[in-house]
Amino acid sequence: MAYSSQVLDHYENPRNVGSLDKTDPNVGTGMVGAPACGDVLKLQIKVNAESGIIEEAKFRTFGCGSAIASSSLVTEWVRGKTLDEALEIRNADIATELSLPPVKIHCSVLAEDAIKAAIEDYKKKRAANHQPAAGATGSGEPL
Amino acid sequence: MKKPIYMDYHATTPVDPRVLDAMLPYFTGKFGNAASRSHSFGWEAKEAVDKARRQIAELIGATPEEIIFTSGATESDNLAIKGVAEMYAERGDHIITVATEHKAVLDASKKLQKRGFQLTYLPVLPTGLIDLDQLREAITGRTILISVMHANNEIGVLQPIREIGRIARERGVLFHTDATQSVGKVPVDAGLDHIDLMSLSGHKMYGPKGIGALYVRRKNPRVQITAQMDGGGHERGMRSGTLNVTGIVGLGEACAICRQEMAAESLRLAALRDRLKDRILTRLDEVYINGSLEHRLPSNLNLSFAYVEGESLLMGIKDVAVSSGSACTSATLEPSYVLKALGVGDELAHTSIRFGLGRFNTAEEVDYVADHVIEAVQRLRELSPLYELAKEGVDLKKVHWAAN
Repeated sequence: MAYSSQVLDHYENPRNVGSLDKTDPNVGTGMVGAPACGDVLKLQIKVNAESGIIEEAKFRTFGCGSAIASSSLVTEWVRGKTLDEALEIRNADIATELSLPPVKIHCSVLAEDAIKAAIEDYKKKRAANHQPAAGATGSGEPL
Repeated sequence: MKKPIYMDYHATTPVDPRVLDAMLPYFTGKFGNAASRSHSFGWEAKEAVDKARRQIAELIGATPEEIIFTSGATESDNLAIKGVAEMYAERGDHIITVATEHKAVLDASKKLQKRGFQLTYLPVLPTGLIDLDQLREAITGRTILISVMHANNEIGVLQPIREIGRIARERGVLFHTDATQSVGKVPVDAGLDHIDLMSLSGHKMYGPKGIGALYVRRKNPRVQITAQMDGGGHERGMRSGTLNVTGIVGLGEACAICRQEMAAESLRLAALRDRLKDRILTRLDEVYINGSLEHRLPSNLNLSFAYVEGESLLMGIKDVAVSSGSACTSATLEPSYVLKALGVGDELAHTSIRFGLGRFNTAEEVDYVADHVIEAVQRLRELSPLYELAKEGVDLKKVHWAAN
């Protein structure tokens, strides 16, 4: 299969590869997919508790080039966004940006799911620590 | 060293220049129809076809009359299985084959199942080999055909065809083998191996595409098949259609070369294959060989690289032509059914790569491929959340994965 230049670029120069400390209360971790299906995406976000803005994002992905590119791309996209803004990222935007063919749309769906899962994990942690989840309900709007 | 490097010889092979030289005159000057009996153009073509029949027969321990030309192994498999089923339908309705067969055999079998035939698909052991006792037990009084491939196209595992042939002969059941991947690579002998029908293909052994043959035994027993195509009654009525003389000449020459060079070539390829395997296995951990290494084509290596998805690995070695057992490009995300039949888990099946070495590979190429694979696997493992978890000591089998 021929890959788009965007996919090749992310595959060859993946952005923000790595891991954040998952025990840090400001870090949310999302892991979606399954090894048996051939795709596992792990996305981590670090949220500024004051501003509610995603300051850092890291990923690791087991999957085809399109899955790697989709996760690499979303680490770029979520940075600097509030949680609500990040939740607005749609798989169709990812697929369009990377020119994914129809058989690879599921990679963009997984990337969207990974964002949601990471944000949910972050909110759960905040709730467990009895602190309002930054950016969840109007507080911590972008400055 | 020329790039890209081709290491996918199970998919197809280039035509050997000596084969091409033999073919060329039959495109232009010697263009006759081998069925033309009334002039020298026809006689010349028939002579060339007869020579090719002898060359093929000599390679597989057959007589020239037992060679039926087809368009390739897919047609040969269909002709053998459907042709026997139709011809012997009154004697029985049961056919035995194996879960790891090529799609040409499996889908022809499924078609017969829809027409009312009973099919047994034998499982394989983790080595990829069938259990001969299971085969014996599967044979009933209604069994008319056993179809077991010689070498598997994905993992190169060689089934014990001589024993299978002996069992079939003892029980009075016909034995077909799809020997597409093995003819010309390892010895196959229709007589010694008790083979009744055998499929083979030109382009897997340095001949041209679009030509193949079906060996059909003429004596002890005399095997008959129902033609699947109606027409001029060529090939003893079993396969109509004007003979592809250039292709046939090419297939014949390819067989003659294989017969001459097989012994030396298989030793050379086994050494290259082991060089590739050893270089990769000494530098990477958690690499698994799929299927028996002992009962295997000398030219095949099929490896699973844990925690690295196959298609992404292919992308990382883009000037190397190999193939992946992971079919991530399909909508179903189904990994190889052959690896599944071996009991390889889906997660490891998704990480498999098939290396198929061949006549024109060199040691320098093997080293280049090994080094690039190692480098790509290391890079992709750095990217892999599964490798990270495994290194933390997490048992991936115990993780509850959200279905996607």
